[in-house]
Amino acid sequence: MYGWIWRHLPGNAYVRALISLVLALGVVFVLFQYVFPWAEPLLPFNDVTVDEG
Amino acid sequence: MAEDAKGAGNAEGAAGDGTSGGPADDGATAGAGGAEGTVRPAEDRTTDPAPEPEARPELDADADTEPTTDAEPDDRESEPETEADSEPESVPEPAPVSRTRGRVAVVVGVVGELLITAGLVLALFVVYSLWWTNVVANREADRKSERVRDHWAAGRGPDGPGARDLKDGIGFLHVPSMTDDDVLVTKGTETKELNHGIAGYYTEPVRSALPWDQSGNFALAAHRDGHGAKFHDIDRIDEGDPVVFETKNTWYVYEVYAILPKTSKYNVDVLDAVPKESGRKDAGRYVTLTTCTPVFTSEHRYVVWGELVRTEDVDEDRTPPRELR
Repeated sequence: MYGWIWRHLPGNAYVRALISLVLALGVVFVLFQYVFPWAEPLLPFNDVTVDEG
Repeated sequence: MAEDAKGAGNAEGAAGDGTSGGPADDGATAGAGGAEGTVRPAEDRTTDPAPEPEARPELDADADTEPTTDAEPDDRESEPETEADSEPESVPEPAPVSRTRGRVAVVVGVVGELLITAGLVLALFVVYSLWWTNVVANREADRKSERVRDHWAAGRGPDGPGARDLKDGIGFLHVPSMTDDDVLVTKGTETKELNHGIAGYYTEPVRSALPWDQSGNFALAAHRDGHGAKFHDIDRIDEGDPVVFETKNTWYVYEVYAILPKTSKYNVDVLDAVPKESGRKDAGRYVTLTTCTPVFTSEHRYVVWGELVRTEDVDEDRTPPRELR
């Protein structure tokens, strides 16, 4: 999978490494900005109030 | 082309051997004939050896570059004639085996990479939960706190009973034994509200009293981990520690008198106007802090009760009461 992506990136090794870094940072951004905030309320880690359930 | 040349070389070599063998036989027969016969082989030898050195370099060159192919062409030439029927069966078989092996290897590789990716995503989620949400929530809480203090400085905001600006926050909670920060308190304990790095006072399931009410329980909740983690160190609070609530015009000084380190998350009785579990039976002005416990989970609830000791008016310099100094 990652090998396939690497082979399909343009440029030499340095350009590919740079593009890979940008792609990885983009993935982290999407995770932190959209995926994790969506997933967090679905997980039972952060309920702090007493409730009648 | 190389194989053709080689084949030609072999042919020449074989022909050379044949011709050289030929004259030798001729010489043997001619030798018996006379002196001419002995001369001829000598001429033949001088002429015949000449092609051999020419041919040898080609053979050597071929042997250096393609040593294995010398034997293969012969096998190929011989096999198709003898095993022409068996080869078509044997050739397709190895190909599918290696192809399926290749597919399995690709699938295993992709599954492995996906598992590694899943592990990285989970690790990132931990980083997000315990670090990034704090960064975001504290930034937001600082902004909101600044706005509330600006309102106070401008003369707006909660001014005792009646004039309440509940939207931006009703005041600040100071618990020196837990945190040096002043925690902004706003209305509501919905997760999306508490995620702003603040403490909220309950509206559900119990409608919390407010500090300036004549009696009742001022019940608060905040995050233990992530999203500001304002009540992270709630377990550092001991009985007798001060809990101070700051509004625009008044300091409300409470003293902690009871702690419930672990209770069910369905135990809403801890929020009662007279919290009997804390040992009190008479109406009074109480404060209740709730959060989850143990840390990093939401299994149970941690509860701290305090009761009002006194109130102090805020002076012009907003000098804090002696409990905060």
